[in-house]
Amino acid sequence: MEKRVTFGRWTIGILFAVPQLILIFTFFYWPAGQAVYWSLTLQQPWGGGNIWVGLDNFRSILANADYWNSITASMIFAGISTGLAMVIALVLAALTDRQLAGSSLYRVVLIWPYGIAAPALALAFRFILAPEAGFMAVVNKVWPGFWDPGLDGADAMASIIIAFSWKYVGYNFIFFLAAFQAIPRSLIEAAAMDGSGVIRRFWDIQFPLITPTIFFLLVINITESFQDSFGIVDIMTAGGPANATNLMVYKIYSDGFKGLDYSGAAAQSIILMLLIIALTIVQFRFIERRVHYR
Amino acid sequence: MASITIRGVKKNYAKTQVVHGVDLDFASGEFVVILGPSGCGKSTLLRMIAGLEEISAGTIAIDGKVVNKLEPRERGCAMVFQNYALYPHMSVAQNIGYSLKVAGVPSAERAQRVQAVARVLELEHLLDRKPMALSGGQRQRVAMGRAMIREPKVFLFDEPLSNLDAKLRVQMRSEIRKLHRRLSATSVFVTHDQVEAMTLADRLVVMNGGRVEQVGTPAEVYSRPASRFVATFVGAPAMNMLEGTVTLDGLSLLGDSRMLNVSRTGLAVGSKVAVGIRPEAVRMVAPGTPGALAATVDLIEELGAGRVIYVDLDGAPFSIVTSEIVHPEPGSTVGLQFAEADLHFFSSETGGRLDVFKASVPEPAL
Repeated sequence: MEKRVTFGRWTIGILFAVPQLILIFTFFYWPAGQAVYWSLTLQQPWGGGNIWVGLDNFRSILANADYWNSITASMIFAGISTGLAMVIALVLAALTDRQLAGSSLYRVVLIWPYGIAAPALALAFRFILAPEAGFMAVVNKVWPGFWDPGLDGADAMASIIIAFSWKYVGYNFIFFLAAFQAIPRSLIEAAAMDGSGVIRRFWDIQFPLITPTIFFLLVINITESFQDSFGIVDIMTAGGPANATNLMVYKIYSDGFKGLDYSGAAAQSIILMLLIIALTIVQFRFIERRVHYR
Repeated sequence: MASITIRGVKKNYAKTQVVHGVDLDFASGEFVVILGPSGCGKSTLLRMIAGLEEISAGTIAIDGKVVNKLEPRERGCAMVFQNYALYPHMSVAQNIGYSLKVAGVPSAERAQRVQAVARVLELEHLLDRKPMALSGGQRQRVAMGRAMIREPKVFLFDEPLSNLDAKLRVQMRSEIRKLHRRLSATSVFVTHDQVEAMTLADRLVVMNGGRVEQVGTPAEVYSRPASRFVATFVGAPAMNMLEGTVTLDGLSLLGDSRMLNVSRTGLAVGSKVAVGIRPEAVRMVAPGTPGALAATVDLIEELGAGRVIYVDLDGAPFSIVTSEIVHPEPGSTVGLQFAEADLHFFSSETGGRLDVFKASVPEPAL
């Protein structure tokens, strides 16, 4: 039987929840509600009232090829950067788990990238991946024209993917390492006694046992790749070249604050929100089934 | 079936040495129990045999073949872990059959062999369950099954019964014994429970502080403990131990407060010894009986079939086990009597057993 603390009167319980409810309302429901309202109106750029237009904003956005291009770019970005960040972190964590000497140091060092603000790390990567200086310049000298994120959309996409993955490798690593270390040592030893080698043990024992962590990180990484990518895109490519890296979250900003199309931007953020909700539901429905919760 | 030969095996963790040179020989098909208090290095030794710990010095050979550098899977050992170490995401059948799957045994044959093992262990109705849904005793049996299915040359048990309740422990103990009789694979069983050790062992290895104190059959270890440590560790209640000095006509015990007349021990007069006597070898007699030591009764533990009487011998605790129906009042005085042959002598300095009362001891010239 689960023991629960209960309040004599329900009003006391509500009172305790009020501070949190105020925060959630002020910073989530109110802005979200406002965005929904704006998305259904045509907002004057310099103030002075608005006109109710129903779903016209959504119709015009979804009829726009630029917007579909932005959705595609966001999907590509989310897929590749989540994959990279998770696979690299998984490999690093698996190796660290095996050889524990100095792992406390790795733990600290590898969380740092996550603590760096996206614009700061984007600036660093802008220099590192610049075609005219640094490492990529050397590559360009061997194969002229191989790398130029300023001209080639694929190169630009690769740049922001690298920067974003670099940041999230550290974050994922910490979770993976903690998950590996939570597996009782004797399970690994039992598998070793059963004749299973290092790689086999990883796939048969460790991997299934960390699936809850993999699932959690998958949801977080995909969600963050839609939202946390703004700073990186803004500093590194500003959506270019030719909209190749104009991710959804960046397009909301540039349409809204540069194009002064508040209503269109509001409609886009509603679509982004629905997309993330849909993706998360899909993950819970189809991937969580394969998770072994202990 | 395989013999195990351990020569000069040591184990260091960084700068601390936990096993200080162990030499042991286990015969093929033997059931050996390694007994010792926690931290004595017994599990470390077992894990070195298994290949889960590196051997710092010395060699371990299975069937004459040195296995120091071999991976666990190449040694032909199977191990039952203290916490069972069942794979939580696999069913009972998958747990038992995992080693066969790794070895590439076709699934039809695998299922057949899992069935056979499950039948022996009475697990057939549980094969589809996950370990989470099993009781402690059932998990224990699955762990046994996982070890059995490989038909190993050597079975290693790392305190496998310590997580079970008392009743189940007794039951599993006899099952392990039966299983050994049936499979007759060399078995090494580590425990800190002396009852488990005495009942299971063909041969007992008593370890303390990373060293082997004694090797022998349970009866030998009980009746002729090789050291003071073994004497007090094996047997419950523990052997009574009295500090004394050898005198011309006997022993002066407990800081000269008591004299014990014994035949010439052959030990040098004035040498310090510890005299041990098993609680079950002490007879209670009326106080004042000639040659008996007087003691004050502290408390009585009734065990049904017998009783333990704790007495105070000038501040030294002393216990008596008797099957006689006696209930002396706490605080009353009783006399204690014992036969010379039941006395064990240990050196006060080294703790080693001293052989006394031997016929070969020459009479001192008068």
